[in-house]
Amino acid sequence: MNSPLLEVRGLQKHFLQRRGFPWPKTTTIRAVEDISLTIQPGEAMGLVGESGCGKSTAARAMLRLIEPTAGTVRFKGENVLTARGEALKTMRRRMQIVFQDPYSSLNPRQTVGSALMEPMAVHNIATGPDARRRAAALLDEVGLPADALDRYPHEFSGGQRQRIGIARALTVEPELIVADEPVSALDVSVQAQVLLLLRELRERRGLAFLFVSHDLSVVRWFCDTVAVMYLGRIVEQGPVAEVLRAPLHPYANMLREASPEPDPSRRGILPRIIGEIPSAAAPPPGCAFHPRCGAGLAICSKIVPPLKALSDGRAVACHLYSPISGRPFSTTPAAISA
Amino acid sequence: MISFVTRRLLASIPTLLAVLTLVFIIVRIVPGDPAMVILGDQATPEAAAALRARLGLDVPIWTQYFRFISAALTGDFGASMVTSRPILEEVAAVLPHTVDLTLAAMLVGVVVGVPVGIWAALHRNGVIDVAARLLSLIGLSFPVFVSGIFLLLAFALHWRIFPVIGSAELNDIPDRLYKLVLPALTLGLVMAAYITRVTRSAMLASLSEDYIRTARAKGVPWRRVVWVHGLRNASLPIVTVVGLYVGILIGNSVLTEIVFNRPGLGKVIVGALNQRDYTMLQGLMVIYCFIIVVVNLITDLLYGVLDPRVKQA
Amino acid sequence: MTPIRRALMRATSNPTTTAGAIITLLIVAAAVLAPFLAPYDPTEQDIIARLQGPSDEFLLGTDQFGRDILSRLMWGAQISLTVSLGAIAAAIVIGGVIGMVSGYIGGKFDLIVMQTMDVLLSFPSLILGLIVVALLGPDLINLVIAIALTAIAPFARIARAPTLVLKERAFVEAGHALGYSHTRIIFRHILPNILSELLVMGSLWMATAVRTEASLSFIGLGVKPPTPTWGGMTRDGFENILDAPWLAIFPGIAILLLVLGLNMVGDGLRDATDPKLRNE
Repeated sequence: MNSPLLEVRGLQKHFLQRRGFPWPKTTTIRAVEDISLTIQPGEAMGLVGESGCGKSTAARAMLRLIEPTAGTVRFKGENVLTARGEALKTMRRRMQIVFQDPYSSLNPRQTVGSALMEPMAVHNIATGPDARRRAAALLDEVGLPADALDRYPHEFSGGQRQRIGIARALTVEPELIVADEPVSALDVSVQAQVLLLLRELRERRGLAFLFVSHDLSVVRWFCDTVAVMYLGRIVEQGPVAEVLRAPLHPYANMLREASPEPDPSRRGILPRIIGEIPSAAAPPPGCAFHPRCGAGLAICSKIVPPLKALSDGRAVACHLYSPISGRPFSTTPAAISA
Repeated sequence: MISFVTRRLLASIPTLLAVLTLVFIIVRIVPGDPAMVILGDQATPEAAAALRARLGLDVPIWTQYFRFISAALTGDFGASMVTSRPILEEVAAVLPHTVDLTLAAMLVGVVVGVPVGIWAALHRNGVIDVAARLLSLIGLSFPVFVSGIFLLLAFALHWRIFPVIGSAELNDIPDRLYKLVLPALTLGLVMAAYITRVTRSAMLASLSEDYIRTARAKGVPWRRVVWVHGLRNASLPIVTVVGLYVGILIGNSVLTEIVFNRPGLGKVIVGALNQRDYTMLQGLMVIYCFIIVVVNLITDLLYGVLDPRVKQA
Repeated sequence: MTPIRRALMRATSNPTTTAGAIITLLIVAAAVLAPFLAPYDPTEQDIIARLQGPSDEFLLGTDQFGRDILSRLMWGAQISLTVSLGAIAAAIVIGGVIGMVSGYIGGKFDLIVMQTMDVLLSFPSLILGLIVVALLGPDLINLVIAIALTAIAPFARIARAPTLVLKERAFVEAGHALGYSHTRIIFRHILPNILSELLVMGSLWMATAVRTEASLSFIGLGVKPPTPTWGGMTRDGFENILDAPWLAIFPGIAILLLVLGLNMVGDGLRDATDPKLRNE
């Protein structure tokens, strides 16, 4: 096994909220409770879950766009969370982000050319005519004409802006791209084009992706592996084909049943969504999913199920598959590495 | 309501402390030695040292600050360096004139500004609206000493309807009111210009709300819709502006008092400036601080009366 | 910059703004061209020609020292414009930086800074200016400092509010991800987005600054005589109001026109840069 590109262990992000006058009460929003995942070079991992489950927060905490409360993040073995100054700047170069909203992700007062050349200048990659040439080449790579360089973001459509945002992320030649719902704000007709562009870039440049999405069909198409998040924790992960074909965790199963099924023979199973995602300010005790879960055991409301690795590269956090629940699972649980 | 008032009272304490700190800093930004500034370059070192001791400037800055704040909070505003009279006494002597002028000006401002603003809003983009907007723009562009001089020239010197000098005996009420007219107009018309603008835009916003349309649809008479429902909603921004305007009013009253040669706080502060009455200036600023904090408090409380939601916040 | 150009086009299509711009530009021209166009030396005294009314020789009359009012008004415009432009420029820079940095950092720091600004804002600005000039001594630089001090708080507020919104926008986050420094993000990415708001406020506050400078000069705290200032001239005229009312009327009208012109321009610009139209 090659050395991992990104290694996240026990990532946690809690927000404190103070409300009330004159004696404010502090509540803790447990947006990300405990996330561990590993991305290999060139791998595309999907991070899926309902809105509010903390997947965007987790992605941002990995890039240190927000400071995590606890945990470690290593990029090629280097600690991301303790890096400062130049070391942090160098690390930022290797991990980039593509945003959901193409309208707010570009500075409205900056030309496209300037937005593409500024990162090159900051990281001493190129300046002057050389930078401009590189910017034009990047635009070409994402499918935009070179004359876009001197235009402002408002002159472009949502899909075009998303291409500009992707080009900007590529200016610093990253190895990993966190794509935070990169197509969900776009028209359906444009979504496919942008997804094709991302896959093409992935293949050509050997990029690794953390693909944050709520859309299982997009993840199934784009990713190699997937991690399903529920209320700040990963409940199931593994190869995308297996996990989404036969989910083990009841929540993953519920998500899959609620999403459009490409296989006509499997249609007919009615989407079944029970209840809503609880507040991250007051997560249920034990397994956070137990109030919505059909197979509630006594233990579910008491003990948080650990993420147990299974033999086929999959892992699941559910008492149904844990030996202590009294229902032995056919696959032998293997110890989690690290 | 009582807890709301208490909360606001408590909340104004930090503001008061902050404003007092600002005064303390401003009075001490004088480059060099204030004693030398007051006495002039020829002063002997002994005289300067004596003055420093008298002003309390011979102790460390933190002690000065502590003394200043505790004196201010216990109502001790000090005494004039020039006359040695307590500042509170000097202020109390002229305060009725200042209160007269300020209240009369606010009255003019509200009585003229609110109806004109409503009128303009009801005739949006009509002749009345355009005229009201232009006049209010001119009105708020007038420095009060200029409008004061113009009013003085017209009504006191040319037509001789009102007196040139605006000071009157306090117990002669009719004379006091008569002499108040021109200064109050001077000060109040500029304020009316501001209030007209705010009332107009607040009414336009308020009249476009859904519940106004509902009220009309239910057959509530239009006059009642405007004056009861519309104005009630527009009253918050108007109160805000009147509250904010008190600061401008205080500044403008200095100029009005000069033009109409009226006694008042403004005249006292200008006198203190001319005589380099350092302690008097500091004391007057402390008094201004109290006025500001009280005005802010009144504005806040009015908010609570006008909008029940504020009380719960 | 298309958004700005579009706002300017909208502003100039409004007759009030155009009129305001013409008034302001005429006064600016009179001030700049005073050395060439002024018929007399503004400080030259002529005992024979004292307190004369408007005539062919002295278009706007003379003052108590026989100095030509028109020439003094033209030179006085320089003082009004220099002081207020300097003060507002300083207030935009200082207030703008305070507001942006405070909003950008946020949290307790922001709370303390903004409360300080509110205190500064609540203090009557003319009294503040009065005392600062009196303590520092009346000269051009100190007037600029005093008037700037009264205008910093509003600019800090104007700069802070959009900064709070902009710093949550994805393009600022993209900047962090690209390793941009905070200084770069504040000055290269946030500032250009709030600059037009600051400048529109600046044109409105120019009017206030002109009025404050005139008021301080009227009280006797302006640039020292014999340098002509509009406020000081009004004061001189006011002292001779029975003999020569025009002495007070002409400088008074000059102040009014400049303040009005600037207010008209500021109003038009504010309407034209309505935030609702700037969201692209």
